[in-house]
This record gives sequence, C-alpha cells and structure tokens, in this order.
Amino acid sequence: MGPEEPVIDKVVASLEAAVASICDGATLMIGGFGTAGMPVELIAALVAQGARALTIVSNNAGNGDTGVAALLKARRVRKIICSFPRQADSYVFDGLYRAKEIELELVPQGNLAARIQAAGAGFGAFYTPTGYGTQLAEGKETRQIAGRDYVLEYPIHADVALVKAHKADRWGNLIYRKTARNFGPIMATAARCTIAQVSEVVELGELDAEAVVTPGLFVHRVVRVASDIRASGVRT
Amino acid sequence: MTARRYTREQMAARVADDIAEGMSVNLGIGLPTLVANFLPRDREVLLHSENGILGMGPAPAPGEEDPELINAGKQAVTLLPGGCFFHHGDSFAMMRGGHLDICVLGAFQVSSTGDLANWHTGAPDAIPAVGGAMDLAIGARHVYVMMEHTTKGGESKIVERCTYPLTGVRCVQRIYTDLAVIDVAPQGLTVVEMIDGLSFEELVRLTAAPLQRAQG
Repeated sequence: MGPEEPVIDKVVASLEAAVASICDGATLMIGGFGTAGMPVELIAALVAQGARALTIVSNNAGNGDTGVAALLKARRVRKIICSFPRQADSYVFDGLYRAKEIELELVPQGNLAARIQAAGAGFGAFYTPTGYGTQLAEGKETRQIAGRDYVLEYPIHADVALVKAHKADRWGNLIYRKTARNFGPIMATAARCTIAQVSEVVELGELDAEAVVTPGLFVHRVVRVASDIRASGVRT
Repeated sequence: MTARRYTREQMAARVADDIAEGMSVNLGIGLPTLVANFLPRDREVLLHSENGILGMGPAPAPGEEDPELINAGKQAVTLLPGGCFFHHGDSFAMMRGGHLDICVLGAFQVSSTGDLANWHTGAPDAIPAVGGAMDLAIGARHVYVMMEHTTKGGESKIVERCTYPLTGVRCVQRIYTDLAVIDVAPQGLTVVEMIDGLSFEELVRLTAAPLQRAQG
C-alpha cells in the first residue's frame, strides 16, 4: 500500500459493492421512520443482489413500493420485527401478512429501540416497564423491582444494518439530518456490519468532532448516493 | 341530555389549559395532536415527538415541507429555535425514564383503575400495530387521555374493566372527554368538571363505571 492510499477507508465505490456480501438468511436492521431515514437506494441494490429468507428489523413494514416494501414485494423477507407495520400505504406488507406469507414479531417502539441498544452495548437482557400486563408481554418473565412491574426483554442482534446518514468521512464517522436520524445511530451499534448511505463524503477533520453522532467504529462501509438520484426517484 | 357536548376543538382547548409554562409534552397521534393549536403562543411548552424531536413547531407553510422533518404521524412539521434532534434510544429514554411532564393519548377505553386500551381492537382480521403507544402509556409523569365519552354507538368508553387489549396497566391519571374531566384517583373515578348543562346523574347514566364527585 503506497503512502498516498489511506489506511482506513470505508468508502466503497458503488451500492452493489456495499451490499455484495449480504447472505441468504441474514438478519438486517433497516433505519427509517416511515420514509424519513429509509436507505432506499441500498435496499434497491439489495433487491438486485438477490439475498433471500431475510429477517428485517425496522420500525415500519414499508411504505408504497419502495424501501422495505420493495424487499417484501420481491419476496425476500421471511420475518419482520417492527413496531408499526400497518400504515395507510403498507399494502405490500398487508397482503403478505393476510396470506400468512410473512412472520411478524410486533414490539413496542421503545422496546425495539432498547433491544437494539442492548445488543450494541453488550447487555444480556434488561427489564422494561413497557408492555407489562399486555398481550405483547405474554409468556415473558416479569419481575417487580422497587414496587414497579417489569418485563424481561432480550437484545436483537443483526448481521447487517443499513442506515441513511447525511455526511460521512472515510473513517465512517456519521452525522444525520433532522428526523432522518431516528433508528440509524442505535442500529449502527447492533450489527456486525453497518453500511451507511450518505449524501456527502467529506475529508477527515471536516466533521465537527463534538457533533459526530455515530463514531466510525460502528460503521463498516460507506457509500455516497447523490441526492438528485433520490429526488428523481430514478436509479441506474 | 340537554347539554351540548364539547367539540373536538373545545376538548383540545380544555386539555391545553392544563399544560403549564415550561412543561415537556408528548401529544399522541389523532385527537391529542389538536391540543397544540390551543397552546398560547407566549406559553413556552416543549413538544416532544417520538421520532426524535424536542421543541417541535407547527406545520410548515405550503411548499416548505421537508420529508426529513416529520412528526410521529409522519406529517411535515418545523423545529423551533432551541429545538433539537436525537435518536430513538434517547427519545424513548425521555419517555420510559419519566423525563416528560405530560403525555396526552387517545383511547378506545379507560378502566376505573386507569388501565388504557388504545392500540388494538382485537379483531381477528386486524393487522396489529403498536408503535410508541405502550411506551407513552407508562412513560410520562402525567398520562392524560383525551377521547369522546361514548362510542358512535353510544357505548361508554369509560369502563370497569377494558374489553379491548391493554396498552398499559394503571397508567392513566386523568381523562378529558366531551362531557367531563375525570381523575383516576385511589378511591375511584372522580369527576372534576362537567360541561355546562350536564347533571351528575346524566353523566353517571352515560358512564359504564362508578363515578364520584370531587370533594369541595
């Protein structure tokens, strides 16, 4: 390796290269709340790549025909772990669910976040008050601590996380944009391989070190997606 | 009944009256969202949105929408000066950790003991979706419910025991309806206020759980 070549460079040249190693049967975390923060282009590349029998961890189960919905529509998903599958435009999921062609694990949104964080932070399990006494805690261990009732919940680990961020550098440091941040930073910690699509790749030192949201340690691949691609809705 | 039920706007205005300067508040999707319209502009209230906003502002002017600046209902919103963004871990820590002062939720049913049902009708063909409802139900320091007192079919939404699947157990402190404001107190449901022209007896008749009058 010559002196001009950076030692750590997580930037890959294409979306195809970014998703190339994702295997059949993988568990994937996908960032986004509705369409905000949804890594639509990475998902489109994954559909083209062909991995199947996937387990998806995402807040929603897809909107319209893009993003998570595109993956579902291509019949690549065996199971989805999410908090809010039913939306006005979740017709792809709705059809698969009614036909019993997809497994759903419904998790309260805060427990979903906490289970992802627990995986990233190395916890074996945790007690949460959310969901106690409800259908979604049936069969789970409970415990009263200091007079309050809690449910035992386990971490969710992933093979891969696909997230959308605003800017990255070649070390993988990320900043996000507005409410597109949502699940991105916590999912990045919980996957063995985190792949970030970003609008801009900047030089080392250009991101304000005080404002980096995801430290590069949690990020393995970065791919730039020109924002005009998203705006036009066209991918080549 | 001779009394004229509160409109949705009147209910929202009544809830807004109880949100004081400096409070942090999460307004649930649907009816509670209306409350924001009745907070006086000069009252500094921090609105929280589960998808990572504290200091949420009103809807943007037409043409100014940003698809990456949305609320929990996935509608375009704005950020007030001083407002900030954060990830889902922090957002739900704000709820679960008891850092929000008030959460206002819609409901299908509330029980005498403050059990809440608002996420699922339990219908066999329904696709369940819970979102942040269970976290909000147990999370804020004060959990308020805002709902019509009865269903369109005239059935009381205040019940001795919820028949719909629960969102949270013993979590609601106060219920605002189009007929009354009712506290969930240790001694039972306690009527704090009624709309003009409504008698206590009429309210009791329209409510499928025991009620008592507030003392004094």
